[in-house]
Amino acid sequence: MTSTAQSRAPTLTSASEASSQPVFDWLFGLSVVLMLAAVVRIVAFTPIEATQGAAQKIYYIHVPAAISAYTALTLAALMSIVFLWLHDERADRLAASAGEVALVFTSGVLLTGPLWGKPIWGAWWTWDARLTLTLFLWFVTAAYLVLRGAIEDPTARGRYSAVLAVLAALLIPFIHLSVYLFRTLHPMPIVLKPSRPSLPTEMLITFTLSCCAFFLFCLMLIRSRYRLALLRERAEVE
Amino acid sequence: MSGTVPTIEVSGLEKRFGRRVAVAGVDFTLGAAECLALFGPNGAGKTTLLRLIAGLLKPTSGSVRVLGADPRRDPIGRSSVGLISHQSMLYAPLTALENVEFTARLYGLPDPRGAALAALEAIKIGDRASAPVRTLSRGLQQRVSIARATVHGPAVVLLDEPYAGLDEAGASALTSLLQTLRASGAALILVTHNVSEGLALATHAAIMTGGRFARFEQGRDGRPFDAQRYAADYRTLVSRAS
Amino acid sequence: MPADAPPVRPTRSSPPGLLRAAWIVAQKDLAIELRTRSAFLSVVVFAVLGLVIFFFAWDSTAVSALDLAPGVLWVTFTFAGLLGLHRSFGVEVQDRAFDALLVSPVDREAIYLGKAIANLIFVSAVLLVAVPAVALFYNLPLGRSIVGLGSVALLAAIGLVAVGTLFSAMTVNTRMAELLLPMLSLPFFVPIVLTSGQASTRLLAGRPLAEALPWLRILIAFDIVFAVACTVAFSHTLEE
Repeated sequence: MTSTAQSRAPTLTSASEASSQPVFDWLFGLSVVLMLAAVVRIVAFTPIEATQGAAQKIYYIHVPAAISAYTALTLAALMSIVFLWLHDERADRLAASAGEVALVFTSGVLLTGPLWGKPIWGAWWTWDARLTLTLFLWFVTAAYLVLRGAIEDPTARGRYSAVLAVLAALLIPFIHLSVYLFRTLHPMPIVLKPSRPSLPTEMLITFTLSCCAFFLFCLMLIRSRYRLALLRERAEVE
Repeated sequence: MSGTVPTIEVSGLEKRFGRRVAVAGVDFTLGAAECLALFGPNGAGKTTLLRLIAGLLKPTSGSVRVLGADPRRDPIGRSSVGLISHQSMLYAPLTALENVEFTARLYGLPDPRGAALAALEAIKIGDRASAPVRTLSRGLQQRVSIARATVHGPAVVLLDEPYAGLDEAGASALTSLLQTLRASGAALILVTHNVSEGLALATHAAIMTGGRFARFEQGRDGRPFDAQRYAADYRTLVSRAS
Repeated sequence: MPADAPPVRPTRSSPPGLLRAAWIVAQKDLAIELRTRSAFLSVVVFAVLGLVIFFFAWDSTAVSALDLAPGVLWVTFTFAGLLGLHRSFGVEVQDRAFDALLVSPVDREAIYLGKAIANLIFVSAVLLVAVPAVALFYNLPLGRSIVGLGSVALLAAIGLVAVGTLFSAMTVNTRMAELLLPMLSLPFFVPIVLTSGQASTRLLAGRPLAEALPWLRILIAFDIVFAVACTVAFSHTLEE
């Protein structure tokens, strides 16, 4: 005689729609097409940069991935605050989905960074302020996901991970500040950061296209992950 | 007695854990010196109900009032409640006296040590006051737990299967303590599987299944409940619900 | 003959205020610690062993002791601190003693503060052994810098305990608590270790306080921000 707790309607129009099309729809198609277009353009239709050579093209992946990762993380943090405030399980689900996708994109940033760094700076890793911060974000996001995995009760899971997300957001400025101070007082290998002259139009178009493609792809992944979480919860009830 | 604030007032109380409904709408009031014996199969929501009244859980909807105060929000509401449950809620390395004295201090009692000793005496375990709890048997630990829950003279005592693990001496000490508590004005809710023990003290009796009260009744004119009839009714109601 | 029960008080034994309640909780934790002592001894032994292992891992003739020692101290302190923090809520989960705390009229913030105070005393006691041990093993000229070093240690301990107490409450009921607690806490400990290490290196080298100050400012800000944030966050981690 349990009442069905259907008071929380999902953000999708209906469960049946979600189950019939969890992944493959217009957003999926568009984002895949854009990604392919971006990759093709990066490889074949963008001029090679004069001083840095072909390796510079990783920039078109590294930076958009970073932008998407930071966006996903911000979304996760905001949704965590919403969850703590309103106790709406949708916010929690969205935060978790965004967190997972963020981990993937952050890993991408950390992998492409050294790939770019070695040919250009001569070192696989430097404790560059931004890269170090990204490394921390990776650890914190991984901790967030592991914490979620370790707690079975859904309400406790939502609350604990939301608390972690908010505390992690508070931590970021401290990491940034202490690493920055550390770097200024400790001579690090001088890296020749490619000076950022205004990109010629060709490169700018590629960069913009890549940013849009990554961003859309990121949103699509978050949405798919969200739907998957919803389906999984429904399946558990039956 | 009319016009006074009921000791326990539960109205429209619901508790959901995610999609699972543990308490699906419970209403009742209980006044001073009254005892509600609560029966029901495992998983019916009895423990959740007690935890809601104690202020440990937040209701999904509805309200709980102890002496007019919300035990979740109001420390005054909480200071009128004593909870006894399956686990002892004691610190094993500390002695019986230290455990009960700690509780007395948490409630702001003026003479914590004296109150602790008195509480231990009342449940006939005063001679083991300086024994570390981990050296005591389960039944004796249960008695220390009872002292812990009643040291501050609560107006409401919630007991979740308190007779489990008690030997005859312990059970009779508990029954006489509960009678004294009732006599001094406390309201009791007693969850038990033992129908006759539960009904011996009860002024009210309820059967809980599937998160609701399938039956709630008040004893007539102070006459004790008919234990056999109740047990038969209980079996019928439970089998009907499952 | 019915027993004498405590009389039913129509409330008004006034529950203790925030700080007093916190102190009552802290005293209880310390009483348990003194009674068993095993946790404290294990953590102290772990810390000293850690110092010894670090000493043999590095060639201290190649790198000066003054450069090495602070780093070694703070890393060891961090891991020993984690061990000590882990036991903090373990005692509450056994037999659900924590429920008794929650049913009582004390504020939830008082429970957190009480546990944090007890943890702070525990960690400080470990430091009282670890810092002289580091000085001994690395032949550090403690002398004048002892006050400075002690202050840095205290500030670091406050930060460690503020974050660690909260996370140990969150992880105590999980399956992999011993792994999960470090995984959650270590990113938060990095600013603590970084700033303490930098400040104490300068202090040990006899540099003026002004050089260590930028680091100490960050550490103090960290302590304040996280002590407040974790106190507030604690109520959100309790069962609803």
